[in-house]
Amino acid sequence: MSVIELEHASKTYPGGVRALWDATLTIGPGELVAVCGPSGSGKSTMLHLMGTLDRPSEGRVRLLGHDTAALSDRRLSAVRANWIGFVFQQFFLTAHLTAAENVATRLLYLGVPARRRIMAAHEALERVGLGDRLTHRPHELSGGERQRVAIARALVARPVVLFADEPTGNLDTASGAGIVDILWKLHEEGTTVVVITHNTDLAEALPRRVDVLDGRLQ
Amino acid sequence: MIPEPARLSAWDLVAVGLAGLRARRGRAVLSALGVAIGIASMVAVMGISTVSGAGLQEQLARVGTNVLTVAPGHSINGKEASLPLESVARVSHIPGVVGATAIAYVKGATARRTKLIDPAVTNGVGVAAVRLDLLATLKGTVRSGTFLNPATARYPAVVLGTYAADRFGIDRPGRQIYIAGRWMTVIGILDPLPLAPDLDNAALVGWPYAEKELGFDGHPTIVYERSTDDRVTTIAKALAATANPEHPDQVQVSRPSDALTAELAARAAFNGLFLGLGAVALLVGGIGIANVMVISVLERRQEIGLRRSLGATRGQIRLQFVVEAVALSLCGGVTGTIVGLAASLLFALAQGWPLALPAQVITLGVTAAVLVGIVSGLYPARRAAALTPTEALATG
Ligand SMILES: Nc1ncnc2c1ncn2[C@@H]1O[C@H](COP(=O)(O)OP(=O)(O)O)[C@@H](O)[C@H]1O
Ligand SMILES: [Mg+2]
Repeated sequence: MSVIELEHASKTYPGGVRALWDATLTIGPGELVAVCGPSGSGKSTMLHLMGTLDRPSEGRVRLLGHDTAALSDRRLSAVRANWIGFVFQQFFLTAHLTAAENVATRLLYLGVPARRRIMAAHEALERVGLGDRLTHRPHELSGGERQRVAIARALVARPVVLFADEPTGNLDTASGAGIVDILWKLHEEGTTVVVITHNTDLAEALPRRVDVLDGRLQ
Repeated sequence: MIPEPARLSAWDLVAVGLAGLRARRGRAVLSALGVAIGIASMVAVMGISTVSGAGLQEQLARVGTNVLTVAPGHSINGKEASLPLESVARVSHIPGVVGATAIAYVKGATARRTKLIDPAVTNGVGVAAVRLDLLATLKGTVRSGTFLNPATARYPAVVLGTYAADRFGIDRPGRQIYIAGRWMTVIGILDPLPLAPDLDNAALVGWPYAEKELGFDGHPTIVYERSTDDRVTTIAKALAATANPEHPDQVQVSRPSDALTAELAARAAFNGLFLGLGAVALLVGGIGIANVMVISVLERRQEIGLRRSLGATRGQIRLQFVVEAVALSLCGGVTGTIVGLAASLLFALAQGWPLALPAQVITLGVTAAVLVGIVSGLYPARRAAALTPTEALATG
């Protein structure tokens, strides 16, 4: 069964901007896919649709075979909590929380008790090589380390699919390479990973590449 | 299967709300301050009312509400009437009366500290002849020295009311004061007499001494009687005719404890005003919290977006902000309650009232704070919950 299916999905923003046109795409379990295209081509829009953060104006989005159009906002929240992990270009870490607390927040909305949240957070941070940064706050971490905290937060709930929107966009080459290594590792462990990037070299290196231009899949 | 959203434990909700406040401490303190002021003033008003009410009630309970007074009214020709000589004896024989006593102001006599002060200049302290059972009937007590006894009631001995003593600057017996052309020795000072406040400002001398030496005619000015509680109304009707059978219309009967009861009622009305002011302060505090929360929601769109992406439902976001507003208001409310209580207890101490801890005032303060928090948090919380995840994430 496919993990994600876009079926003639389009997105028109209020004001008339057509950010995505008639996108049809299937991503299978365990795939590592790059969605590649220049800035403004509609990549993030596509990620929002696939990640249930937004609904298509037309067409369908299926997650594990379920049509998301049939689900209420409440159920979509639960779908995100249980199945999906996000990594964003801007990290979105909470400034006054430690690395472990930031990661543990991910489990809050799964109803995991506080003690188990922190234990799982420690484990996830070790998986991304930050076992020695558990109690550091975001401002005490480098950009690459912050993004690794964000990845730990995405994977701590063992999601079905991980979406990374320009995960290396704010990082220098070396840190970026470290992030890509982690994504590869997750892929090898069986997680479905979708990476959005405008960096063609990065996209080229991944097993599958989907190109987007002006809102259309190539 | 499509999963269901998880329920957050109460503990987690509180932790999330408090974390939001901890990140913006200075602002939290300032906005809680408004609520603290409102609650503090309301709690202080109600607390002071409670302790002072308790003080008055204690006084009422101690002196009782079963004392009636009989005083002469004015006769038809406008002359001040007096009570018959035998009125005390007659009143004391009414069934249900457990004690009767009388005082009489000695006409033309004033008490002064020295001989040198011209009696026309000072509105000196009045002189009253009293019977020995005065304190027993009015439940009065002696602050210092002793009351008159059968012996001293025949001598130039004087007992001062509490304010009269203060005016003379006398705080213990032994001093001499000048009364109606002669020196008399102060043998005692009374505590306040709630049922006969006029006597607090008088110099009291023995009945026989006044008759013999001060030209007093023996007619009582006021007769006090104490009865059993159930007989008070019946006796009130019979009292005028008993005290002065010939001219019952020239006699005024009153219940001195009514003044204390009226004071309790007046206080409640006065409280209403201050409670209203406290409520206005609280309202302003609530608006302050709502303002701060609206700003907070604007500033934290990314956090909201992130939480939505992590799986928070709209309801959970709304609840987070309501909890935050309630926590904010409650911080102010608890501080305000403590300050207000401290103020009322200090006030009670200063007035010598009993320290009554007004439990219902504490409950009210905390409940009001929670309500203010919920009401002022509702609108910002709805705005936060109304953001779609992409709208929220797009900013910044
Ligand atoms: N919320 C929005 N409202 C209106 N237009 C939007 C919104 N989000 C994105 N767009 C527009 O949609 C197009 C695609 O944007 P986006 O998906 O963010 O592209 P990318 O991620 O590839 O840079 C752009 O022209 C952008 O301006
Ligand atoms: Mg983008």
